[in-house]
Amino acid sequence: MKKTSLALSIAFGAALSAPALAQGTLRIGMTASDIPLTTGQPDQGGEGQRFMGLTVYDALVHWDLSASDKPSVLEPGLAASWSADPADRTKWTFKLREGVKFHDGSSLTAEAIVWNFDKLLKQDAPQFDQRQASQGRSRIPAIATYRAIDALTLEIVTKTPDATLPYQLAWIAISSPAQWEKLGKSWQEFAKTPSGTGPWKLTAFTPRERAEMVPNKDYWDKARVPKLDKMILIPMPETNARVAALRSGQVDWIEAPAPDAVPSLKAAGMQIVANAYPHNWTWHLSSVEGSPWNDVRVRKAANLAVDREGLKELLGGLMIPAEGFMPPGHQWFGKPSFKLKRDLAEAKKLLGEAGYGPAKPFVTKILISPSGSGQMQPLPMNEFIQQNLAEAGMKIDFEVVEWNTLINIWRAGAKHESSRGATGMNYSYFIQDPFTGFMRHLQCDLQPPAGTNWGHYCTPEMDKLFAAVRNTFDPVAQAKVLEAVHEKFVDDALFLMVTHDVNARAMSPKVKGFVQAQNWFQNFSSISMAP
Amino acid sequence: MLKYLAERILYTLPVAFGVSIVCFMLVHIAPGDPLTSVLPPDASAQLQAEMRAIYGFDRPLPVQYGLWVLKVIQGDFGTSIATGRPVAMELSRALGNTLMLAVLATMIGFLFGGLFGFVAGYFRDSWIDRIASLISIIGVSVPHYWLGMVLVIIFSVQLNWLPSTGAGPGGSADWVWDWAHVRHLILPAITMSVIPMGIVARTVRALVADILSQEFITGLRAKGLLDVGVFRHVVKNTAPTALAVMGLQLGYLLGGSILIETVFSWPGTGFLLGQAIFQRDLPLLQGAILALAMIFVVLNLLVDIVQSMLDPRVQRS
Repeated sequence: MKKTSLALSIAFGAALSAPALAQGTLRIGMTASDIPLTTGQPDQGGEGQRFMGLTVYDALVHWDLSASDKPSVLEPGLAASWSADPADRTKWTFKLREGVKFHDGSSLTAEAIVWNFDKLLKQDAPQFDQRQASQGRSRIPAIATYRAIDALTLEIVTKTPDATLPYQLAWIAISSPAQWEKLGKSWQEFAKTPSGTGPWKLTAFTPRERAEMVPNKDYWDKARVPKLDKMILIPMPETNARVAALRSGQVDWIEAPAPDAVPSLKAAGMQIVANAYPHNWTWHLSSVEGSPWNDVRVRKAANLAVDREGLKELLGGLMIPAEGFMPPGHQWFGKPSFKLKRDLAEAKKLLGEAGYGPAKPFVTKILISPSGSGQMQPLPMNEFIQQNLAEAGMKIDFEVVEWNTLINIWRAGAKHESSRGATGMNYSYFIQDPFTGFMRHLQCDLQPPAGTNWGHYCTPEMDKLFAAVRNTFDPVAQAKVLEAVHEKFVDDALFLMVTHDVNARAMSPKVKGFVQAQNWFQNFSSISMAP
Repeated sequence: MLKYLAERILYTLPVAFGVSIVCFMLVHIAPGDPLTSVLPPDASAQLQAEMRAIYGFDRPLPVQYGLWVLKVIQGDFGTSIATGRPVAMELSRALGNTLMLAVLATMIGFLFGGLFGFVAGYFRDSWIDRIASLISIIGVSVPHYWLGMVLVIIFSVQLNWLPSTGAGPGGSADWVWDWAHVRHLILPAITMSVIPMGIVARTVRALVADILSQEFITGLRAKGLLDVGVFRHVVKNTAPTALAVMGLQLGYLLGGSILIETVFSWPGTGFLLGQAIFQRDLPLLQGAILALAMIFVVLNLLVDIVQSMLDPRVQRS
């Protein structure tokens, strides 16, 4: 009887199991709830750019995504080289790569790049696209004008000398003007059959459900011609649904597994791939008048009170304890003298020197969110830190606001009434380039509403360093200035520096050849599937 | 009958008006900004204000409402802020997927709920009644998203028999009625059917028990009618109310269960609404809630009509 039922269940199981997919197909469960915008400049933030931006499209400047053991730096993309005019530093010349073709067969020219800038910046251009402009405009604030000098030479003039221009251009995905013309000048149609110059071609796409890509065998960088037959992207916003889909063999790869699912995934033979990348989970502190954080001793005391190793244990090891604002080993880390270690005695001493004690207890309010993109596990993590700071004599009250509300408070600034008198907020940051890493948080003229310097931090010294970053056109020398910025950031303990996420992803043992770069974006071309 | 029908249709107009005001106000009262899903986080408050003006969110609420209703009357539900696609297109695709799921779940729920309820009512206070009642109470009380996860763990993760997510291997766009696609439907449909099953079972049990205690049943038995004949009379008397309950349940399920569709990544109305809420996609939210509410109203109307055909006393009341 037992044998019969076993045989029946095996037969039933075999009949029900999924049909075998062609070898070389990689199915990815994304955290996004929709397929990112396919027309060029994707939405859905870093994940959108990772899966739809730099797969189907290229930018003038790329990130080097070839290695996992060194920081990721800029490298030539569609532009083979670039330089700023030594006589007039606002004037840049970009030499385009020869022989690059869009997926529709048309050639990449400087005119095509101009057309793409117009798509984002020139509201009366026929190809101006509000949706792409919403995503792209804020990425290229330096650009004033641009023109094609000849078929393969492009000139960009910036508003002021700005050596961070290549970082800005690394965001801008270049779409095919010929394809847009061919499809009746309609972005709606273009979204269905897009054409870029990237290593992947989008072949099918169902909104909110799935996108299919095949390799662009004629890709200009032969080292990045994909090995897979096909790559399928599936939006799966729910964490448990992603884990179940991987465990049941419906996908081969999932983004951001929950830390508590990692042991069971490992036990099921899945690979957990993680690496440092420019992400920061922090308490952004306010510099508004009356904020207790205006005293550097208080900021240092809080930084010394945090038990980062304990927090790492809480997260199942899926974090890198902060040693600064940039992850340890980052090219701009420098040599800050203030060390982020747990030292309660020193923290209490500093707090006492700042005038706090039993007679005048330290009490302040921090805004936190219950969830949010990049926020990791905000509630238990913040409660853990709250306890750490309490041990040093700092009483923290939380005001929990929903994630989208927190984003709007962050944009409005600490002086705005929506900040409800809070002196800090828990926020996680994309810190991949000088602007997103430092300037937007700390530059005087980027205080709200002009920018997103939430805490209204403003010092002449930091602004001077930023000016030096913008005026240093040699990349090596510029990196040195950025090191100085970071050293000042850490030594002045400007934020509560807590941790960096490790961009974990879980994948089936069949997935081979993936190299996780220290970057928000990744290269999928080296991947193959074992039979 | 015609007069009754006309009256019932007229009643739907103020309901529709009320629903449109309530759903418009609800989505605007909720905190959050629709532009969050459009702009990257770096976008300054200035740029945000510019975009707000472009999308018309800077206008007074009554003006926004008036413009929206005017378009809806003309059949234009607007464009989703987050995706840039027409709301009607987003909604019709999701409704099609949820319809498949809801109809199947209602059928399973009605079949088993009716069966359990009938058996429990017919054999009231017996052990059969207790077992059937226990099953229906579990059906009403069990959190369905939890049940969904348990089914996924057993049938997808452990046994690897059925897929855990999605609407078919190629998505709903290439849906065909073959095994490769239908297998995606099984777990969410079973999970969803638990709700109507419990409710229908409880209702039918109470009805059957009530009918069986009425004098005409004693009369039928006194006339010498066999159990089969009595059974037929009981079914006939139970049907109108049971149908009404089923119709309403189908209406609820068409709204999609946000939790079930999220657990199974089923691209239906619940999944769509859930995403629209998180993204503060106001046009999509307003359009979806209004359309779903109107479907509910129409279903209610249809149920009333069917009920009045089965039982003419309904018209007279």
